[in-house]
Amino acid sequence: MKKIAYKDNKISKRSEFPEKLFHGIFLVCALASVLSVIAIILFVFSKGLKPFFGDDAYSFLKFITGMKWDPGNDIYGVFYMIAGSVLATLGAIVLGVPIGLLTAVFIAEIAPKKLVAIIKPAIELLAGIPSVIYGAFGLGVIVPAINKISPTGQGESLLAVICVLTIMILPTIISLSESSIRAVPKSYREASLGLGASKTQTIFKAVIPAARSGILTATVLGIGRAIGETMAVMMIAGNNIGGLPKSIFSKIRPLTTNIAMEMGYASGKHQDMLFATGVILFVFIMVINITLIKLTSRLGSQGSSS
Amino acid sequence: MKRMKKILITLLTIALIGALGGCSSNSNSETNTDVTPTTEPTAEATKAPEATTEPTEAAETDGDLSGTISITGSTSVEKILMDMIDEFTALNPDVNINYTGTGSSAGIADTLAGSNDIGASSRELKDEEKVDGLKQVIFAYDGIAVAVNPANTVTDITLEDLVKIYSGEITNWNQVGGSDANIVVVSREGASGTRGAFEELIKLEDAGGLVEDATVLEGNGNVQQSVAGNANAIGYVSFSFIDETVKALTVGGVEPTAENAKAGTYSLSRPFIFASMEATQTPVAKAFLEFAVSEDGQGFVEDHGGIRVD
Repeated sequence: MKKIAYKDNKISKRSEFPEKLFHGIFLVCALASVLSVIAIILFVFSKGLKPFFGDDAYSFLKFITGMKWDPGNDIYGVFYMIAGSVLATLGAIVLGVPIGLLTAVFIAEIAPKKLVAIIKPAIELLAGIPSVIYGAFGLGVIVPAINKISPTGQGESLLAVICVLTIMILPTIISLSESSIRAVPKSYREASLGLGASKTQTIFKAVIPAARSGILTATVLGIGRAIGETMAVMMIAGNNIGGLPKSIFSKIRPLTTNIAMEMGYASGKHQDMLFATGVILFVFIMVINITLIKLTSRLGSQGSSS
Repeated sequence: MKRMKKILITLLTIALIGALGGCSSNSNSETNTDVTPTTEPTAEATKAPEATTEPTEAAETDGDLSGTISITGSTSVEKILMDMIDEFTALNPDVNINYTGTGSSAGIADTLAGSNDIGASSRELKDEEKVDGLKQVIFAYDGIAVAVNPANTVTDITLEDLVKIYSGEITNWNQVGGSDANIVVVSREGASGTRGAFEELIKLEDAGGLVEDATVLEGNGNVQQSVAGNANAIGYVSFSFIDETVKALTVGGVEPTAENAKAGTYSLSRPFIFASMEATQTPVAKAFLEFAVSEDGQGFVEDHGGIRVD
C-alpha cells in the first residue's frame, strides 16, 4: 500500500532520473578498476605472447630457461632474471619480516606512548618516500659500503638490492602487523597472564599466533612490493646481461629492471620480448595475490573456529 | 534533490568551461608567445582566433617556413641537436621542433613506421634498416672515449686489450699494466647506439660478445658517473660527455680528440645520422636537414665535441 502511494507521488517520479543517473555513475566507478585490469591483461598478454607464435617464433622454453639477455644478438633469456628477482625478494623477506614483526610488537605491546609517538610517524614517513630516493640512498651509501668488502670490486650487487628492499618493505610489514596485533582481544592477554605466563610468553604464545593471519598478509604484501620494485633496484642491481648469481656479491638483473631499462629504447621483437618479461612478472604477482587470498581465508576460518 | 541537481549542473558547467577555456588559452599562448611576447596574456587570449591564422598565411605567401618537425632517436646527439633546434627555431619562429631521446634503434624504427619526421641515430644503419626511400644524412662524426677512474694508473689501452676486457678474457688491471684489482666492466643497455657502435668498432662479436657479468647502465651520464665513483671501473661514453671526473684513455697511443677521430687515427669513431623517408619528407624537415650540414649547424657540432662532416 505504502509503496504504491509513494510511486504515485510526483516528487518521487521526478527523483527517479537522478536516482538512476547516480546508480550509473556508481556502477561506472566500480567497473573502472575491473575494466583497467582486463585492459592491462589483454594488452600485456597480446603483446607479450606475440614473439612465441608465427613464422619467426622464438622458443618459449629458450626464453624461460635462458641464461643470457642480449637483444642485439637476438638472445632473450630470462631465467637468470627470475632467479635474481626471487633471491632478492627472499632475502628481503628473511631480513624484513623478523625486524618488522618485532618492531610491530614493540609498538603495540611494549613501548611507552611517548616513544610510539616518535616511532609511528617515522615509519609512516618511510612508507611515503619515493622509490627513486631509496635508490639514490642505496647508490650513495650502501653501494660504496659494500664496495669496500666485496671481492668483485663493485658494490652493485644482490646484497645491495636486499638491503634496500628490506628497508622498503618494512613500513608495510610493521603497520599491518601492528594493527593485527592491536586487534587481538584483550581477554587473550588477560587469560594468558592469569595463567601465570610472563609478558614475553604472552606475546609469543598468545598474541602473535592470534594475529598470524594479519602477519601473513603483511608478509605476502611485502613480497609483492619487493618483487615489483623497479626504480630503486635498477640503480643498484648492476643489471648484468647473463649468468646466475653465484653469491650475494654477484650482480643481478631483476625482471622489473629489464623492462624499465630497455622499454624506452626497444622496438619490434625486442619490445615484444620486454612485454613477455612483463607477462612473467604479471604471473608472479597473480600467484602471490591468489596465495594471499587463500591464506587469509583459510587462516581466518581457522582463527574463528579455534 | 533539486538542490543536488543544481549543484551537479553548476559543477558540470564549471568543469566544461574550465576544460574548454584551459584548452584554448593554452594553444593561444603557445602559438602567440613567439610572435608577440610583450602583449598582455588576457589581450592575447581574446584576439587569438584571428591571430593564429594570420602568421601562417603570411608565412606561406612570403615563402618562410612554418610547421612542426618531430625528431626521435639517439640520446648521444642530444647536446648538439638541442643547440641546432634552438638556432633553427630562432631563425624560423613559426617552426616547432620536438625532440625525444628514445635511442637510435627506436628512432630509426619510428622513421620506418612513419611516426616521426626525422630519426636520429648514433650508429650506422643496419642492413635490414636500409630500405628504399630512406634518406640518410651524416651530420657529424663522434668519438667514443674509453673512460676510467682518475685514480687508475693505466693511461693507454690497445684495441686488442679492450676487446679482451669487454669479452671477459682479461679480468684484472695488472694484465694491462695497472694495479692488482678486478676490472669492473661497464656497458650500456641493448639497443643503445653507443653500445652498438662501440661493439662494432672493436669487433666484440668475433670475440664472443659482451662478458655476462658486465654492469649495464642506461645512458651516457650514468656510465660516466659510475666510472667516476669506482676506481676499478672501465666504461665508454660519447666524446661530448667526457669531463674531469673521469680519465679518457689513449687507444693504441692515440689521443681521443676530435682531430684524431676525423683524421681516422683514433679508431673509435662513428657517424651521427639523420634518417627520413624521402617520399613523406616535409619542406620544413628538408630545410632542417640542410641546416644541420650548413656552416651554422656544423658550428654546433664542433662546440659539443663532435667532428664536422666537411
